Amino acid sequence: MAEQTASTKKVKFIITRQDSPESAPYAEEFELPYRPGMNVISALMEIQRNPQNAKGEKVAPVCWESNCLEEVCGACSMVINGKPRQACAALVDKLEQPIRVQPMRTFPVVRDLVIDRSRMFNALKRVKAWIPIDGTYDLGPGPRMAEKKRQWAYELSKCMTCGVCLEACPNVNDKSDFIGPAAISQVRLFNAHPTGEMNADERLDALMDDGGIEGCGNSQNCVRSCPKGIPLTTSIAEINKQTTKHLFKKWLSV
Amino acid sequence: MNGYYSRKLHSLLGVIPLGLFFIEHALTNFGAFEGGLARFNAGVKLINDLPLLWLLEWGLIYLPLIYHGVFGLYIAYQAKPNNGRFQYSRNWRYLFQRITGVITFVYIIWHVYETRIQLALGNITHEQLGSTMHDIFVQPGLFILYLIGVVSASFHFANGLWSFFVSWGITVGPRAQRVSSYICMTLFVLVSVMLVLSMIAFRGAEFQEATAWLDTVKSVLS
Repeated sequence: MAEQTASTKKVKFIITRQDSPESAPYAEEFELPYRPGMNVISALMEIQRNPQNAKGEKVAPVCWESNCLEEVCGACSMVINGKPRQACAALVDKLEQPIRVQPMRTFPVVRDLVIDRSRMFNALKRVKAWIPIDGTYDLGPGPRMAEKKRQWAYELSKCMTCGVCLEACPNVNDKSDFIGPAAISQVRLFNAHPTGEMNADERLDALMDDGGIEGCGNSQNCVRSCPKGIPLTTSIAEINKQTTKHLFKKWLSV
Repeated sequence: MNGYYSRKLHSLLGVIPLGLFFIEHALTNFGAFEGGLARFNAGVKLINDLPLLWLLEWGLIYLPLIYHGVFGLYIAYQAKPNNGRFQYSRNWRYLFQRITGVITFVYIIWHVYETRIQLALGNITHEQLGSTMHDIFVQPGLFILYLIGVVSASFHFANGLWSFFVSWGITVGPRAQRVSSYICMTLFVLVSVMLVLSMIAFRGAEFQEATAWLDTVKSVLS
C-alpha cells in the first residue's frame, strides 16, 4: 500500500545531455517516482538504476560526478533550474518542477553533466595557492597567526573549487581569459597567512598579468552564488588593493 | 601591453581626466540654465582663455577619450551577460555599464562632430556654440537622442566611478561598497538633472536670438 502511494507521485526532470565532448547537446525528459527527501543526486541514481526516459525508451544512463554528498567537495556542481549549485544539496521538495538540469557550460563538457574543471586547478597552480615550507633542513615553526585573522581566513579556506562562481561570472567565457573569482580569493587566503605572506609578491605578480585580476567586471554574481558564502567580492577588492600597492611599490623602487 | 596595465590605465583615465572633464562640462552647460547666454558664454570663454589649450585638449581629453573608448568597446565585446539567470541589481549595472558605454561612445562622436569639429572647420565660432545647441534642441527627435546620450554618459560616469573605487582597492568591504554606490547613484541623478536642465535652457529664445542677431550682422556685412 505504502509503495503504491509512493509510486503515484512523479517527479519530472529535463536533463541536457551530451554524448561526447564534440557532439551536440540535447534535452531528455525523465519521470521518476517521488520519494520523500530525495535530491538531484538520488534522482540521477534512480535514472542509473532504471535508465528509461519519459517516453519509456531505454537510454544510456545519465553521467554525472559526485563524491562527498554533503556539499563540501564541489564535484557535483551543475546548473539546476538556471542556477549553478551542488546537486547533492538540491532537494527536490524545494525545486520547481519540471526540474531542469544542465552541465556548467563555462567548462568543457565531457559527457552529460560531467565537466572538466582543470582550468580551476591550473589557476591555483598559476597563483601559487600554497605555502612553500620545504627545505633541505627543518625550518622550524612559522610565525603565529592572530586568532581574529584566522577566523576570517578560515571562511576563505572553505572554497572547494566547485566552479559555481566561474559559471555565474559574465566575464569568464571563451572571449576572455579571466582567471575567475575562486583563485583570487585563494591569493587573499595565502597572502594572509603569516608564512604564506613571505611569498605574497609572487602571487600578486601572477594576478597582474593577462587574464589576471583585471578581468573582473564587478557584476558581483560570484558572491551571490557561492555555496560556501565566501566573501568573494571582498577578496577581489582586497587583492585589488594589494596589487595597486604592489604596482606603485614596484614602479617607485626601480 | 600587459592586460593588467592596459585595464588599469582604462580605469584611471575614465576618472582622471575624463570624469573630471565631464563634471567640468556639466557645470559649464549648467551656466546656461543658471545665467542664460551670458553666463554660458562666460564659461566657454573661461576655458578658451586657458594657456596651452591645444595641449590640454589633446592630453586631457582627446587621447584619453580615444583610449578609454576603443579599449572600452573591447571590454564590452568580451562580456557575456547572464542577466536572465542572475537578476541582481549589481549584475544589471554591469550590463548597463557596457550598454551605456557603447551609447556614449557613439553619442560623443556625434556631439564632437557637431561642436568641436564644426569650430575647427570654421563653420561656427565659440560665441555661436549656444545657438548651435539651440538649433539642435528645438528639434524634438534630436532632443530625445541627446537626452539618451547625456543620461547614458552620466550613468556610465557615476557607475564607472563606483567600479573605479573597487578596482583600485579603495572600497573593499560590502558596507563601503554599498555606501559608495549610494553616493555614485546620487551623483548620477544630480549630473543627469543638471545636463537635462541645461538642454532645456538651450531651447530658450535667448539662445535663438543670438543666431538671429548674428544673421542680421551677417546680412548687414554682406
